[in-house]
Amino acid sequence: MQIVARAINGWTILDLSGDIDLANSPAMRKALLGEIKEKRTPKVFLNLKNVRYIDSSGIASLVEGLKASRDQGSRLILYGLNKTVREVMQLSRLQKIFEIYEDEEHALAS
Amino acid sequence: MLFGVKVPGGRTNTKHGANSSCGKCAFHAELLLKLHLESNPQALALVRAAIERATEVLHFHEEESRAIVRSVDEALANVIRHAYRGKSGCPIEVTCRHLHRTQNGACVSGIEIVLRDSGVRADPAKMKGRSLKEIRPGGLGLHFMRESMDEVEFSRKKGKNQLRLVKYLAPAAPAAAPEGE
Repeated sequence: MQIVARAINGWTILDLSGDIDLANSPAMRKALLGEIKEKRTPKVFLNLKNVRYIDSSGIASLVEGLKASRDQGSRLILYGLNKTVREVMQLSRLQKIFEIYEDEEHALAS
Repeated sequence: MLFGVKVPGGRTNTKHGANSSCGKCAFHAELLLKLHLESNPQALALVRAAIERATEVLHFHEEESRAIVRSVDEALANVIRHAYRGKSGCPIEVTCRHLHRTQNGACVSGIEIVLRDSGVRADPAKMKGRSLKEIRPGGLGLHFMRESMDEVEFSRKKGKNQLRLVKYLAPAAPAAAPEGE
């Protein structure tokens, strides 16, 4: 998995790629919580367009990020979910809990 | 060692004691793949790739294939996290078989994946997962397995935890009758 951070309008986009599983979800968690809790970025976008797979440990990190953003009064926004990631969100009954957009254009306009 | 693979050249039957009623499809299982790996999270991607390929060979639909891969991945992650408490280098065996059985007089086939580990004894009574009404990290892996697989069985045999996951192939849709009939 790779994580690349982009800054735009004072917000941060984290471009994730590859598989998010037990081996690398701690790295995603660290990057996500760093943006939300340490840098206090008002909007953090997770670009999941190039994520092929996510497991329950990755979902757990996203939930932790969501809780942290709510505590901070900031927003965590996901976009670009493929079929595999959407299935896991649905299985977890979390698709309505997160702010999810189709693509970057819609996410940034939200 | 991160990963060991055994691919059988021949056919290995495991009688389960059930009677066949179709005459050609005995209740048996052919060994497809046997993996010996260590409790290293880096091995998960390799196992996912191997199981995905096995489901393709058995003609599972994409959605079912993803569900099987997800279940095996979550099961292995649970072994690493809970049975071995995150310790790397401990042995895990993954056995994948092509199942055949008869049901209502028809042959059905499927995939059976058995995971064995020598970690802390798993207590099925405590494996409840969590309510999906709660929004909190963790506790989803078991739920994924139960939602995705037809059979999920925990047991303890010869000092090892054993998890058996089974998914049957959905029966093929009947062919459309030719026009004019």
